[in-house]
Amino acid sequence: MSARPSLFSRLPDKLGVLIAALVAVGTMLPLALLRANRIVPGEALPIWQALPAFQAGILIVALLICVIASIWLRVPGLRLGGAIGGVAILLVLMGQAGGYLTPAGNDLARVSPAAGFWLLLFALSLTVTDALAKMKLRPIWRILGVLLAGVGLLLLLGSGQWDDLSVLREYQVRSAAFWREAERHLLLAFGSLSAAVLIGVPLGVACFRVPRLKSAVLNLLNIVQTVPSIAVFGLLIAPLAWIAATIPGAARIGVSGIGAAPAMVALFAYSLLPVVSNTVIGLENVPGRIRDAAFGMGMTRRQAFMAVEVPLAFPVILTGIRIVLVQNIGLATIAGLIGGGGFGVFVFQGMGQTATDLILLGALPTVILATASAVLLDAVVEISESSATRTMRA
Amino acid sequence: MSMAILIRLAMLALLAVFLVQPEVFAPFFALFTTRGAPPIYVQSDLLSLALNHMAIVVTAVLGATVIAVGLAVLVTRPNWSEFLPLSRALANIGQTFPPIAVLALAVPAMGFGNGPTLVALFLYGLLPIFENTMTGLSNLPPTVQEAARGMGMSDRQRLWQVELPLAMPVILGGVRLSTVIAISTATIGSTVAARTLGEVIIAGLLSNNIAFILQGGLVVGAIAVLVHDGFVALERRMSRRAGQG
Repeated sequence: MSARPSLFSRLPDKLGVLIAALVAVGTMLPLALLRANRIVPGEALPIWQALPAFQAGILIVALLICVIASIWLRVPGLRLGGAIGGVAILLVLMGQAGGYLTPAGNDLARVSPAAGFWLLLFALSLTVTDALAKMKLRPIWRILGVLLAGVGLLLLLGSGQWDDLSVLREYQVRSAAFWREAERHLLLAFGSLSAAVLIGVPLGVACFRVPRLKSAVLNLLNIVQTVPSIAVFGLLIAPLAWIAATIPGAARIGVSGIGAAPAMVALFAYSLLPVVSNTVIGLENVPGRIRDAAFGMGMTRRQAFMAVEVPLAFPVILTGIRIVLVQNIGLATIAGLIGGGGFGVFVFQGMGQTATDLILLGALPTVILATASAVLLDAVVEISESSATRTMRA
Repeated sequence: MSMAILIRLAMLALLAVFLVQPEVFAPFFALFTTRGAPPIYVQSDLLSLALNHMAIVVTAVLGATVIAVGLAVLVTRPNWSEFLPLSRALANIGQTFPPIAVLALAVPAMGFGNGPTLVALFLYGLLPIFENTMTGLSNLPPTVQEAARGMGMSDRQRLWQVELPLAMPVILGGVRLSTVIAISTATIGSTVAARTLGEVIIAGLLSNNIAFILQGGLVVGAIAVLVHDGFVALERRMSRRAGQG
């Protein structure tokens, strides 16, 4: 027997078997849904009817390769490559199904991805996630990976491959509104985050210094978090309208009872707790001996704070910011309910018209944004942790 | 009886009176209405809304507890450790999905009503319980594990009689987090016609009636605070018992 490690494992991989089962079911389920217009029920088509014979063959062979790779291939890098290739082929061919199924010159017919597509995408993403988790990539590679995935997505959208799919049909008739709401969504999520950091971090430092303040502030913020978000959004309408009407100049800088202002204030209120409490925890976790050493070196209180405490607490504060950003990107959708704009507008319009494509137009960008920011900020937190450890050693 | 307990009892009493006899509070909520709008939501019975709200929350959190604890126990066994990185990553990614997106996307598949809310709350509940169970199971004192093995306990006996009871306070902490999040998130379910207290808030948003928004928000907030404190008390008692046992 040779001692050289083999590329293939002798026993089938348990996860691989699970993924194979998912892919098998996904192949049987309909790949695409063809409807005469955007709201009537449609006809569900399996792979071999949704695509021309040649493309259907390519897809099935590609899926087969992915399944074999995930059951017997041992090297995570190769499994990752295989699964990413599979996802790319699935995405491109889904777009082709749109062109193939739409009758020429028909603007009303809608082709949308069906259960089979989503299950296949889920199964392949499981393989990608598992391979990535096992490879334990350095943070910098994870950041590059997210950027590459973003470029790939933009290329796919720009190439017009998906133009015949229903979600993009919805986009084409309201592209101006889409970008306006996208801008509003980002403004809400990042604006409230910046305000929460500007106020929350100093507040956290104050709480760390004054224990009595700490319990009062944290208790209050905890209670704010238990009030449901839609109620907070709604309750802010009246006070803000009052401020706009009574305080001179408030209306001129955009304060008003409807629109973005209540949404912004509500997101800010929700963001404060994670920022303040993580700042307190981060500062409390700085080991006492390190603080003593800083004073022993002759540092003043202020110097010790800036040179030792802040850098050491930074990763924990950054984790709080990560929580807030992901939470805000999700919560900003609720602004759509009170006229605050954002992607939620499409979600709620879509629910009102029972138009799934329109819901997807609002939901997909939100999910992609939230997941991408989570992965990016997790990587940045890890980088800051290793530099904090270096500070501690120095 | 301490001050803290008295405040909570008073809160519970207020909540109970409000759910059974909301008209008692009409003069208070009338302060927030304009042009003679109704101060109290009467379109449906508040008590039945609250009960249905809690039924959805309890069902979703129970489901999430069974799956998340089961999964955490499974991936901490040596034979199934290859699933550990994946399940951790999945629970993490599941948490980044905005609840409103999960709700909206579940509607085409399940129709309007309680179903989509159950799914969203279930998905949202998984991560805190999973993470806490993992922490609880992996931070057991090695001496206790050794002692249990030395007494000749089988793997299964150790899991049920030693590992799970010792990890219970930490697991409960995860269940508490999930429950409190679920109580507040369930209100969003009313945008897709789930019968929850969110109905009151949404009625207020639609008819521009602050009193409705306020009473809906206060009731849900009060329930969340009481449930949170109940869990904390239970955890304290459990960890005291785990420490003695």
